[in-house]
Amino acid sequence: MSLSPEEVAKIAHLARLAVTDDDKVALGRDLSNILDLVAQMDAVDTAGVAPMAHPLEMAQRLRDDRVTEGDRRDRYQAHSPAVERGLFLVPKVIE
Amino acid sequence: MQWETVIGLEIHTQLATQSKIFSGSSTAFGNPPNTQASLIDLGMPGVLPVLNREAVRMAVRFGKAIGAHVAERSVFARKNYFYPDLPKGYQISQYELPVVGRGQVEIVLDDGVTKTVGVTRAHLEEDAGKSLHEDFHGMTGIDLNRAGTPLLEIVSEPDMRSAKEAVAYAKKIHQVVTYIGICDGNMQEGSFRMDANVSVRPKGQAEFGTRAELKNINSFRFLEKAINFEVERQIELIEDGGTVVQETRLYDSDKDETRSMRTKEEANDYRYFPDPDLLPLEIDAAFIADVVAAMPELPDARRARFQEQYGLSTYDADVLTASRALADYYEAAAAEGGDAKLVANWVMGELAAALNRDGVDIGDSPVAAAALGQLVGRIRDNTISGKIAKDVFAAMWAGEGDADAVIEAKGLKQITDTGAIEALVDAVLAANAEQVENYRNADPDKRPKMLGFFVGQIMKKSQGKANPQQVNELLRKRLDT
Amino acid sequence: MHDKTIAELSTALHAREVSSAELTRLMLQRIKTLDPALNSFVTLTEDQAIAQATAADARIAAGDAGPLTGVPIAHKDIFCTRDVRTSCGSRMLENFIAPYDATVVGRLEQAGAVMLGKTNMDEFAMGSSNETSYYGPVRNPWDTATVPGGSSGGSAAAVAARLCAAATGTDTGGSIRQPAALTGITGLKPTYGRCSRWGMIAFASSLDQAGPMTRSAEDAAIMLTAMAGFDERDSTCAQRPVDDYVGALRASIRGLRIGIVREFMGDGLDAGVAAAIEQALNEYKALGAELVEISLPNAGLSVPAYYVVAPAECSSNLARFDGVRYGHRCDDPKDLEDLYKRSRSEGFGAEVKRRIMIGTYALSAGYYDAYYLKAQKVRQLIADDFRRAFDQCDVIAGPTAPGTAFRIGDKADDPVSMYLQDIYTIAVNLAGLPGMSIPAPHSGGMPVGLQLIGNYFDEARLLNVAHQLQLATDWHQQVPAEFA
Repeated sequence: MSLSPEEVAKIAHLARLAVTDDDKVALGRDLSNILDLVAQMDAVDTAGVAPMAHPLEMAQRLRDDRVTEGDRRDRYQAHSPAVERGLFLVPKVIE
Repeated sequence: MQWETVIGLEIHTQLATQSKIFSGSSTAFGNPPNTQASLIDLGMPGVLPVLNREAVRMAVRFGKAIGAHVAERSVFARKNYFYPDLPKGYQISQYELPVVGRGQVEIVLDDGVTKTVGVTRAHLEEDAGKSLHEDFHGMTGIDLNRAGTPLLEIVSEPDMRSAKEAVAYAKKIHQVVTYIGICDGNMQEGSFRMDANVSVRPKGQAEFGTRAELKNINSFRFLEKAINFEVERQIELIEDGGTVVQETRLYDSDKDETRSMRTKEEANDYRYFPDPDLLPLEIDAAFIADVVAAMPELPDARRARFQEQYGLSTYDADVLTASRALADYYEAAAAEGGDAKLVANWVMGELAAALNRDGVDIGDSPVAAAALGQLVGRIRDNTISGKIAKDVFAAMWAGEGDADAVIEAKGLKQITDTGAIEALVDAVLAANAEQVENYRNADPDKRPKMLGFFVGQIMKKSQGKANPQQVNELLRKRLDT
Repeated sequence: MHDKTIAELSTALHAREVSSAELTRLMLQRIKTLDPALNSFVTLTEDQAIAQATAADARIAAGDAGPLTGVPIAHKDIFCTRDVRTSCGSRMLENFIAPYDATVVGRLEQAGAVMLGKTNMDEFAMGSSNETSYYGPVRNPWDTATVPGGSSGGSAAAVAARLCAAATGTDTGGSIRQPAALTGITGLKPTYGRCSRWGMIAFASSLDQAGPMTRSAEDAAIMLTAMAGFDERDSTCAQRPVDDYVGALRASIRGLRIGIVREFMGDGLDAGVAAAIEQALNEYKALGAELVEISLPNAGLSVPAYYVVAPAECSSNLARFDGVRYGHRCDDPKDLEDLYKRSRSEGFGAEVKRRIMIGTYALSAGYYDAYYLKAQKVRQLIADDFRRAFDQCDVIAGPTAPGTAFRIGDKADDPVSMYLQDIYTIAVNLAGLPGMSIPAPHSGGMPVGLQLIGNYFDEARLLNVAHQLQLATDWHQQVPAEFA
């Protein structure tokens, strides 16, 4: 298993991480090593095994439909990187 | 070449809960930005979601309303993508195991034919926030008040064959969700948003053509226009030797056209996986029974009952059950007014015209259901004629009081005293001796028409207040004997 | 006074031999003097600590105190602490002042514990050596050229060096137990769902669990009593009563069946560690326990399965760090994509990026079944192995880590060899079981951890089994000379 620099670039983009060309090579090698480790799973037959998403066999608990949260905008935005008139600012979103 | 259109709809309905689907923030519309964004809605580090019971109840209510299977076990999944209005970098939705499975609704087409449209599934998910593109020095502002509002996404089968069918289906879903009270249906505020998957294929071909997804349409009129534009576009494209590409397109209502949303280099790869912060949603028979017990009467059942109970025509029953508010209004008015058919005529006639003229919702009608019923009651007990009743209605609409008050204030009470009517009749006959002579000499076939002249004169003389029935009877007695 | 356990401190505080304020000042002074050699704390909350200590003294005077009232502890910097920087070992959160308290933090505060500060950790808990922290590596008090283990390395080193009586940790693949082993302290990872995850910055949500890091099993029992319990803000938190952990400590373990995992005692285990574990097991035999050999045939696949499940969940959990609402934001982003990519690349270190990449890959179209689904099935097989094993024994025992503490930098360039540090601990997280590491005899002058694994929600028994060994031996009472 080996990841090409192109594959590394594609994954990095999906994860919104910037990678240099040097990163691509090094990451490709590291990721390939990890995938080799992961490939050990292929040795076991898992046909008919139910996937385990969760350690405990519990069902989702439901909450009452009540408004319990008030306006804490000032507090929650106190350390935000860019805020104006209560809005979080980001570079222009083009649709 | 004959073309056939294939349409499927995905409808996002905001559920009318008090609080958000995974947090205790209010879902109210229109408050200052980010004042309804809690730690959870902001996707702060370390926060966790807990599911709102009412959102689940509403989803189940919808499932049972369209005869769908409600899953005993459904799973929440994460849909991963980056967007500034999506605080966690993923949307909590349902993917492989939705809460509502296959169901169906019936729509009535223009030619009166009924068609069944399949609903593939409906699943619970959270809404995103809003991006505001006003000028913040070239920046976009993000408001997360809407983030986390519960949505039920209702996905149809590709069963529609025209824009009109798609509109009929969308209206039907709108009717159902508002009837059962799970959505306020307010399209301006975005409570009911439609995406349409549109493709065309040569008539007779079994495979579907490549589809385009038309995003975020917020009115039935735009839905029809957007689909029609898109169908034309695709047919022209193919006939010119081109091919349709699978893509997302935006409907621009100003230009009445659809245009491609910038195709991103990478195809969407949402990397769905079960959300480890939430456990499987298990819905047992008792939960469903509880929801069913509280289910309001559904539109189709109500329409049938209106025909049965009130003796209304299919058309009238259809119109009067179009919305729950209208049907409720009608039933309240009919209970007061007594004559169900007459009340139906008033609701669909004078009331509908006034609502339409002034752009008022039935819920805000200045003439309440009971008041309209009382007015109809005054026609029935001969206090006023139908014609006078229209003037009374206009006065009621203008806020001049209820029917009795208006009749009293304006002196519109009908003249039913036989002596008084006899006097009117005799006076009119005496003043028109020539016409009386003509009448008596006329062929009996022509007489009824000639009678109208005298009635008109008498009504005029009484300022419309003479009871027309009594006038007719007396006239005949005088002239025909 | 600094060498006393929680149980001993509690007695001293209640007897007014010392006030909490005095004790707190003493510990803060020790941290200032000794921690520069260790780098175990990233934030000291001095004023807050003194205020909490003063309040604790008032509670003690009023007779309204519990066993933790006035006891100075530290929190791993993964727990949100209101109005205090919560950095998670990352540049991403260098300036993040948490607007709320984690449930575990709130419960310990309720119990009267005094927070001295926040401890260093591997970035976002991803690491087994504490070398991935943006705030520099933590050093092992037993030999400052070696690592303390990770990711709760700061908490482990601070407890081992007697800079605090106890600390909180989190364990996703061994992050409490492995550093506990490498620094010679007691660490407990409870059953998944025993402690609330609210306010604990998520690494891998289906594996993460908070737990105590202490000097003894008795202290762990006291800490867990305060930390555990249902929390309505965490859907995955178990709705079941908290057992009497302290009360259960004294029970005899005569007749206890201890399962020895055949697969854990073979290749890959350091000979000195193996000998130390043998010695500890012999002690159990002497205490009347019965050793039974068991097998976990799929345990060898736990590391491969883990390195799909944990990165997959982390790739999604860490998507929220986007430079928009909090945390690091790059300077002058030229467009949205630039904002995302530069903020994230500058904010995250190499190991975090590696795991995000692996997880993104494992979940991406065309690979989901081969990686994620496969790993979930292997996870099920591993859980089934444990289920069968617990038909044959009451607890499972073996090594916590394959060796003693290694030198800083030794494994830093080889992620896979680092991952194998957790070869004996990861299966426990995948199954969701409770696990502990307690000191065994040293090997080559360095601490060795004995791992004990219990059945679901059987923390009381685990603590009992650990406590009985600690009553009979002094392995847990060893103090690194420079910090005595």
